[in-house]
Amino acid sequence: MARPIPPLPRDMRNTVLPGHAACHGCPITIGLKVVGAAFGNKVILVIPACCTSVVVGAWPGNAFNGSIVHVAFASAAAVASGIAEGLRKRGVKDVQVIAWAGDGGTADIGMASLSGAAERNNDFIYIMYDNEAYMNTGIQRSSATPPGAWTTTTPLGKLEPKKDVARIMIAHGVPYVATASVGYPHDFYAKLKKAARIRGFKFIYLHAPCPTGWRFDPAHTIKIAKLAVETGLLALYEYYDGRIHLSGPSRPYIDKSKRKPIEEYLKLQGRFKKIRDEDVKVIERYVDNMWEWIKKHI
Amino acid sequence: MPKVVLTGNYTVALAAKMARVEVVAAYPITPQTSIVEKLAEYIDKGELDAIMIRVESEHSALAATFGAAVAGARAFTATSSHGLLYMHEWVHWVSRARIPVVMAIVTRTIGTPWNIWSSYEDFFGQRDTGWILGFAMDNQEVFDMTIQAFKISEDPRVYLPVLIGLDAFTLSHTTMPVDTPEQEELDKWLGPRRQGYVINGSEPLALGNLAWPEDSEEFFMDLQRGMEEAKKVIREVDESYGKAFGRKYGGLIYRYRCEDAKYHVIAMGAWSGDLMEAVNVLREEGYPIGLIRMRFIRPFPDEEMYEILNGSKGVIVFDRAISFGSLGPLYLDVAANLTKYTHKLPYMRNIIAGVGGVNVTHKDFYELVKTTIDDLEKGVEPPVFTWYHRR
Amino acid sequence: MAEIIPIQYKVPLAKPKVGVAGKTGSWRWIKPIVDNNKCVKCFQCEIYCPDNTITVDPEKGATIDYDYCKGCGICAEVCPVKAITMVKEA
Repeated sequence: MARPIPPLPRDMRNTVLPGHAACHGCPITIGLKVVGAAFGNKVILVIPACCTSVVVGAWPGNAFNGSIVHVAFASAAAVASGIAEGLRKRGVKDVQVIAWAGDGGTADIGMASLSGAAERNNDFIYIMYDNEAYMNTGIQRSSATPPGAWTTTTPLGKLEPKKDVARIMIAHGVPYVATASVGYPHDFYAKLKKAARIRGFKFIYLHAPCPTGWRFDPAHTIKIAKLAVETGLLALYEYYDGRIHLSGPSRPYIDKSKRKPIEEYLKLQGRFKKIRDEDVKVIERYVDNMWEWIKKHI
Repeated sequence: MPKVVLTGNYTVALAAKMARVEVVAAYPITPQTSIVEKLAEYIDKGELDAIMIRVESEHSALAATFGAAVAGARAFTATSSHGLLYMHEWVHWVSRARIPVVMAIVTRTIGTPWNIWSSYEDFFGQRDTGWILGFAMDNQEVFDMTIQAFKISEDPRVYLPVLIGLDAFTLSHTTMPVDTPEQEELDKWLGPRRQGYVINGSEPLALGNLAWPEDSEEFFMDLQRGMEEAKKVIREVDESYGKAFGRKYGGLIYRYRCEDAKYHVIAMGAWSGDLMEAVNVLREEGYPIGLIRMRFIRPFPDEEMYEILNGSKGVIVFDRAISFGSLGPLYLDVAANLTKYTHKLPYMRNIIAGVGGVNVTHKDFYELVKTTIDDLEKGVEPPVFTWYHRR
Repeated sequence: MAEIIPIQYKVPLAKPKVGVAGKTGSWRWIKPIVDNNKCVKCFQCEIYCPDNTITVDPEKGATIDYDYCKGCGICAEVCPVKAITMVKEA
């Protein structure tokens, strides 16, 4: 008797259609496969200017097998709020509204509309996929670029720390905040399904290593995504009911001794080639502080 | 039909309520604020079955209004001046998506410096965006035009958003009598929301994917066709509203004493009322003067404009805004559109006044028009461009 | 319900379509070859392929659609039994 095909990958089939315009090894389309698996084509993605705007291809074709409303750069959260309320008024209940935006469109130009939607608790899922720079316009720094990273506007390495948008969303008091990674699709899938069952504003941070912008061999996208978790740099968690719920893949790394050295993550990426030792120390301190905060809020 | 006495802003709110809007996303700005407050009150009292999204900026206001409209709801917003400028990129996005939406603009001067009084540069800033642009003279017309805006924008021959302008304070905060229809009659006349497509999950549709140049230009040429069709639709809606509720204005242009006019004045907005007073006095003194009051400047009533001005001995266009480095925007539109029909233009004069909200009275209008006609009759041509400023 | 009277004008509405960027298999310089004798049908390659070009049959193993495979190499790296090798494109 034939073995059944598990939900992932079974439900990923026919979600992202081959022949799209993404770079080799792009994490965005891996993320979109998970979204498609979770909701089928009963999903409306609200997409501001970002890589995805172009990856899905030119009119009259669309590489994503679901609905998309492309919007002006700063307003993904505002349009998603409007669609959610319009559907609610019209009694349409069976479609998931998702704002799908990059780190630039969320943490920088989109910050005000993000905060507004979160404060109003509008009913949709906001997914910020973080490739840690303005990739679509050619790798300029964003507030989510990590310190020490090369970008075209920080050729000597970014000085400022990385803006932690997930914690900003926690501070807004929204019903559900989660961090996820394209390296852990089952974890991301479970978080999408859980978010869909909650009424109100849900925020999911999705770590998305970009071969083109981070300067690595596209074959390593998943290895690097996993290293971010294995070094403790990225903690996968959910925040609801007033506390952190650490996700399975991150649980071992609450113990500092289990974390792989940061260098293993940095040395694979060309953008950190010239990183100074003091920047590495800054990153290590950041990791330690983050885990202290997590331990206090579990 | 119930007659009420309302400020312009409350009139806008009442019209939106009677049109049964379903989603309102708006941000307060002087002098529009009481529109939003009134709508919030209607909703909380249960008089209006709508959802209000209390957005955090005007850019998000039109974004959220658009979102609700794309999802199938009759959506409405209102703003003014800097708020309108803040949402300007969205003004383009909505019309190019061919999504029906109605927006009220209380026209207010743009800074630097801060200034809350009426002039029309915020309105004219939307001239090229593909929105149908209408402007009211009194609160009755504010009511009628706001209601009609829904019917015009949701007409399948049009499917374009509509913007209705009203003067800051002169209309927005001044009470005037407004005649309103019975709700059931209005429901029958207006009907439920119509749109050309909806994105609600019923089928996978992507709005706004990147488009190559040739495809893009074809979308925009079709937008221009929609504008052309809108001229017909605006006239039909005016006629049909007149039949149903007893008031019609003449479509895109309201003609006042133009039948036997040899000289013409052109204006738009609340000060047209003062201009009408001046026209009346001048007529009594024997001046063959007529007023062309613009109700809609987009689509521009080019054919009708030529029809009225053909054979005119002199035309004055009053502009309550200036395109810095050039002339008044209404004058630019009138003069250029006439060249579609003739290259022998009548003598045309552009008078800029009231910019920054300076009060222009019927006495000012009387003086300006009288001296212009007297000069022309003597064979003297007054300067084409004048900025009339009075302390 | 909003009454939908279809718009007669050209609008920027797109529908799902395979190959919006053409036959992206032409982007390859290296090509994944699957040894289905080694394949344990774990589905990792199918899950992680960014272009959704891999289909795993639970009995037969992995098939790759070379019309669209860009040759990124993720499948070869995530395969736990090294059943996929990247070879230079001819």
